[in-house]
Amino acid sequence: MLYRLDLKAVPYVFVAPFFLTFAAFGLFPLIYTGWLSLHRVELGGSAQWKGADNYSSLASSDFFWNALANTFTIGVISTVPQLLMALGLAHLLNYKLRGRGFFRVAVLAPYATSIAAATLVFAQLFNTDYGLINTVLGRAGFDPVAWESSKWPAQIAISTIVTWRWTGYNALIYLAAMQAVPQDLYEAAALDGASRWRQFLSVTIPSIRPTILFTIVVSTIGATQLFGEPMLFGGSVGISGGSGNQFQTLSLLMYEKGWVTGALGQASAIAWVMLLLLLLVGGLRKVVSRLNRNRNRNLARRTRTTAGS
Amino acid sequence: MRTSSSRHERGRGRRTVGNAVAAVAVMATGAALLTGCSGSGDDTAADGTITLRIGTFGSFGYDDATGAKLYAEYTRTHPNIKIVESNVADGQKYWDTLKLRLARGSGLADIQALEVGYIAEATGPAMAGKWADLGTAGGADLGAFLDWKVKQATTGDGKVIGLGTDIGPMAICYNKDLFAAAGLPTDRAEVAELWAGDWAKFIATGETYKKKAPAGTAFHDSAGGLFNAVISSEPVQYANAKGELDYENSPGVKKAWNTAVAAATGRLTAKLRQFDEKGTWNAAFKNSKFATVACPSWMTGIIKDQAGPDNQGKWDIAAPPVAGNWGGSFLAVPKSGKHAKEAAELAAWLTAPAQHAKVFGVNGNIPSSKDTLRSPAVQNAKLPYFGDTPVGKIYSQAAAGITPAPISRWDGQVKTFLTDNGILDIEQRGTDPAKAWENVRKLVDDKIEQ
Repeated sequence: MLYRLDLKAVPYVFVAPFFLTFAAFGLFPLIYTGWLSLHRVELGGSAQWKGADNYSSLASSDFFWNALANTFTIGVISTVPQLLMALGLAHLLNYKLRGRGFFRVAVLAPYATSIAAATLVFAQLFNTDYGLINTVLGRAGFDPVAWESSKWPAQIAISTIVTWRWTGYNALIYLAAMQAVPQDLYEAAALDGASRWRQFLSVTIPSIRPTILFTIVVSTIGATQLFGEPMLFGGSVGISGGSGNQFQTLSLLMYEKGWVTGALGQASAIAWVMLLLLLLVGGLRKVVSRLNRNRNRNLARRTRTTAGS
Repeated sequence: MRTSSSRHERGRGRRTVGNAVAAVAVMATGAALLTGCSGSGDDTAADGTITLRIGTFGSFGYDDATGAKLYAEYTRTHPNIKIVESNVADGQKYWDTLKLRLARGSGLADIQALEVGYIAEATGPAMAGKWADLGTAGGADLGAFLDWKVKQATTGDGKVIGLGTDIGPMAICYNKDLFAAAGLPTDRAEVAELWAGDWAKFIATGETYKKKAPAGTAFHDSAGGLFNAVISSEPVQYANAKGELDYENSPGVKKAWNTAVAAATGRLTAKLRQFDEKGTWNAAFKNSKFATVACPSWMTGIIKDQAGPDNQGKWDIAAPPVAGNWGGSFLAVPKSGKHAKEAAELAAWLTAPAQHAKVFGVNGNIPSSKDTLRSPAVQNAKLPYFGDTPVGKIYSQAAAGITPAPISRWDGQVKTFLTDNGILDIEQRGTDPAKAWENVRKLVDDKIEQ
């Protein structure tokens, strides 16, 4: 009897630590945030029911839409070049290079750097008055760029930090996927007279499509939650995303509402809106991959019927 | 990314309900263990010694190492007391943590320091009940303090939750070399005469400076700093007499805004943000990029550290256009502490006039007690970095001219919006002042829940 109980209970005891921590630090905050988002709460004060007011006031708030737009634009400026560069880098690392192991480790180095350290270095480089980048631009005869106070330069600078940090990481993921592509496909393509570039487009990319989709989803999640880079880049005005909120992201707005102005209910509402956005992205991914699978299946069926006739 | 095995698991799920209940029980036990260990230890030792903890930020100058050695002195006369200070450098971080701990009711020190920027929040309805009334406990002589200092720490129902430590009377610090190069007087009496009585004259002096300014320098460091300086000299600031936020109709905000906008649009400032974390403001001290900075008493230490030994003797201090107060702190005692009575006694002793004088002697904090301000120790004080400048006289005179303003719970936040999002936007991004004001209004409406 004891033996049977042992057999049945032990696995649950082993998985319990994860679920305990998840319940305490994942599920509970999630539900509690949802409850908070329907109230007016100040730290240390009591909660008052507000219904959906926090959400409707977000819809009419310029600052929310501004933060949403910034999150989107910074997300695009950072994610698109990042993934394209990672793809190219992975393709190069897939060749038989001398010192290949070294390069593969080297591309991961930025990922291992802490956000704070990297951002502080970049903030110095982009410093309007004393930064290296403006000094070089000045030598080349260009006017100094206001990397912090102008909207697009600031967003580009922040995106540069994100890109620098994540390109190598994505490149390694692509590389792993590329190495799983059967060599025969390349040989067959080469026999048909396909150039390297043609092989990359027609063999590599279609073969690693699920991986590409995966990195797009992960990068989108990362971009939606972007916080550390803009906050540290902005220095003392980081939380408000610059004096004109020119690079305030959703996470920063949430932090500002919750901890600076003490409106925990509104901050929680933003957190939930972010969650819903991510669920929406996840849903889109599912639709896209299903469409893909259907198309592939149809394609396969058609090929089979043509071959059979 | 594949989840093909999920169907199998679903099929098996029904048979294991009993085990799931067992698992939930395990989880519940674990949760109880997690929460069971949050009680704090008892601070009374077997021999009856009581440990009092005091939480501070910045530099209060009490400690036994570099301060006025007040803890050692107190424990000599109170052998049953041991004092432990925990200090956080950054005042904002200190306050954020303190708020969390107050809300939770745990992790608090027996005495907690409070900055004047947050005192209205501490005396507000959400927090007032969490502090001991130091008007009745601890035996402090409230009459010894400047009246307005006591009033700031008094709650709506008449409780005094904080005892004053220091205040921040303001003057103007100026760089003598840059003034001379621009053809302005360098003697502190003549300099004070340039702008005596009116901030508009300060702006006019800036215009004069600009005409012959040494290349790469500006008259003032920061328009946001100027805003703070002007408003700290106004009898009506962000709140009305009832302590409610009313910045839009405040003559003080209007005057400070207009003065700062005039400085920003007239290109009289170095376009810096004070206390900028990236150190641009600090670097500008070292490189002598601006000729004046609004100078509350605590700013002298910053100038000394940032301008550095190379610039020793270049800075002097002149009376401000209008006297004002910028900063200062209190000591408060959380009610929930085990030794609230002993803590209140210690807080009263630390903020008594005699101790104010000792702290001033070591750390330069301008005291908030009337008699100490008049004492020769303060009146004749000088700072080595500023040569023979009669620092004590200048600041105690400025302190005498302070007219306290009513404060509201949102002052600190509205000030941040006005300076960081309003003035700085005009100064650095060339935003139209009317548009910047409109933006500040929107920010306050959107982000502050009154």
